[in-house]
Amino acid sequence: MPILSVEHLTHVYSQGTPFEKTAVRDVSLSINQGELVGIIGHTGSGKSTFLQHLNGLLKPTAGKVFLDGEDIHGSRDMLHSVRFRVGLVFQYPEYQLFEETVFRDIAFGPGNMGLAAEEIRERVLEAAAFVGVDEGWMELSPLELSGGQKRRVAIAGVIAMRPAVLILDEPTAGLDPAGRESILQNILDYRRRTGATVLLVSHSMDDVARLADRLVVFHNGAVVMDGAPAQVFDRAEELKEMGLTVPAATEIALALRQRGIDIPESIYTTKYLQKLLLSLWESAGGEG
Amino acid sequence: MLKNVTLGQYFPGDTIVHRLDPRTKLLWLVGYIVALFLAGGWISYALMAAVLAMESALAHIRPRTLFSGLRPLLFILLFTALLNLFYGTGEPLAQLWILKITADGIQRSVQMVLRIILLVCGSFLLTYTTSPLQLTDGLERLLSPLKRLHVPVGELAMMMSIALRFIPTLIEETDRIMSAQKARGARFDTGSLVQRARALIPLLVPLFVGAFRRADELATAMECRCYSPGAGRTRMKVLSMAPRDGAALAVCAGILCAVCLLRHFGL
Repeated sequence: MPILSVEHLTHVYSQGTPFEKTAVRDVSLSINQGELVGIIGHTGSGKSTFLQHLNGLLKPTAGKVFLDGEDIHGSRDMLHSVRFRVGLVFQYPEYQLFEETVFRDIAFGPGNMGLAAEEIRERVLEAAAFVGVDEGWMELSPLELSGGQKRRVAIAGVIAMRPAVLILDEPTAGLDPAGRESILQNILDYRRRTGATVLLVSHSMDDVARLADRLVVFHNGAVVMDGAPAQVFDRAEELKEMGLTVPAATEIALALRQRGIDIPESIYTTKYLQKLLLSLWESAGGEG
Repeated sequence: MLKNVTLGQYFPGDTIVHRLDPRTKLLWLVGYIVALFLAGGWISYALMAAVLAMESALAHIRPRTLFSGLRPLLFILLFTALLNLFYGTGEPLAQLWILKITADGIQRSVQMVLRIILLVCGSFLLTYTTSPLQLTDGLERLLSPLKRLHVPVGELAMMMSIALRFIPTLIEETDRIMSAQKARGARFDTGSLVQRARALIPLLVPLFVGAFRRADELATAMECRCYSPGAGRTRMKVLSMAPRDGAALAVCAGILCAVCLLRHFGL
């Protein structure tokens, strides 16, 4: 049974004014327990608006969102609890830190859940460990940390609520390569250990190709592709028409095939391409 | 929810009102406000309301859009109405303790509210039809004679345009931070007054930190482009008056004269 399902979701901003804009158009989607779904689409394709419906921050203009089969706008209490069960990490989450210490900032979410102090403490330390927040930072002001460190604290702030579904909107934007890799690994670890469902928005096709079980492509407010990474990246031409790219490995494989080299389709990770090319090279006798 | 704030918002368009020189529109607004305060009787008020209606029709701004900007002022309007209601002189129509309501009081109260509504709507029409950049340009040019008195007009105009430029940015940022804190279970719309005030801390702290960060970045960016206050800069778009500006100002002068005349006859 899907943990999250969305039926005919439409969202119109500033309805009835000259600024009216349909950001999401009739999207239906269901997400299964434990999946890691990559969400791609260029800026303004409606991804962020869509995500904000999943924890009830935005109310659909039309359509419904179900969490564990229950309509999230069914009751006020339901809506409040959805915030804790579906954790949403915004883009550049470091700008939302406000507490005097890192510990208290991570504790803000659990505190709002009305948990006991002991439980809060346990969750904060656990979340901090998940995303590599050093214990020594706990009593520092968030403003003293570097950008990457702040990002980790902000992500910990959401993880501390132990959400069953974790949504991350470009968690690696603006970080250096080492920081990106380490945050992505942290998220994978978190998922492995808790079995949480993860939705990951990214502009890096290489990252989503490598991490996601399933890809959903947004274009002009609608879902235009939905499937395994291999299926999605097989439609490279269409993706390019939408202003999106394909992973570097897919690009290389495509170019090689066009030059008459016999390699299969559906190549989207660098590792797999490397393996293929090496075996080709060996079968050719290891020459030229 | 903050997206509904329309204060100082510009609705792009291509009507005669949009095309007028910003200086004309500023002078027109000043004339309109003076006329409003000169207006004494019902006929004058009717004239001023008709002028506003004509202006908004010419600018293709729907009355609903215009009035929606009044919502935040509702309290002030009510307060003004009540206050003026009890300040009338003459025969009381109804009396409770020292509070008495007179015909004069009712008239005053209605006229005062009408005056505020027209004043605010008139100013909205200016900001709805003039981009902030044009507006500060016009203001700078209108105030330029003050430069002789060593008033830093250019810098003031720059400060104003920066402030106006950042209103929408800050509103957007407020919206974003609010959503982010709501995603962590913060509630801004429930609880007692004290609780609600406390709930604003998670919003205000990041907002201020962000505003200072932006100010810093902007200052650096301006310095990188060699901004120095008081340097005599030229403009890419030089304002120029067209015949329609003369006509608009003539109409404005006409309205002023009419209101003066009406006032003379006590209408």
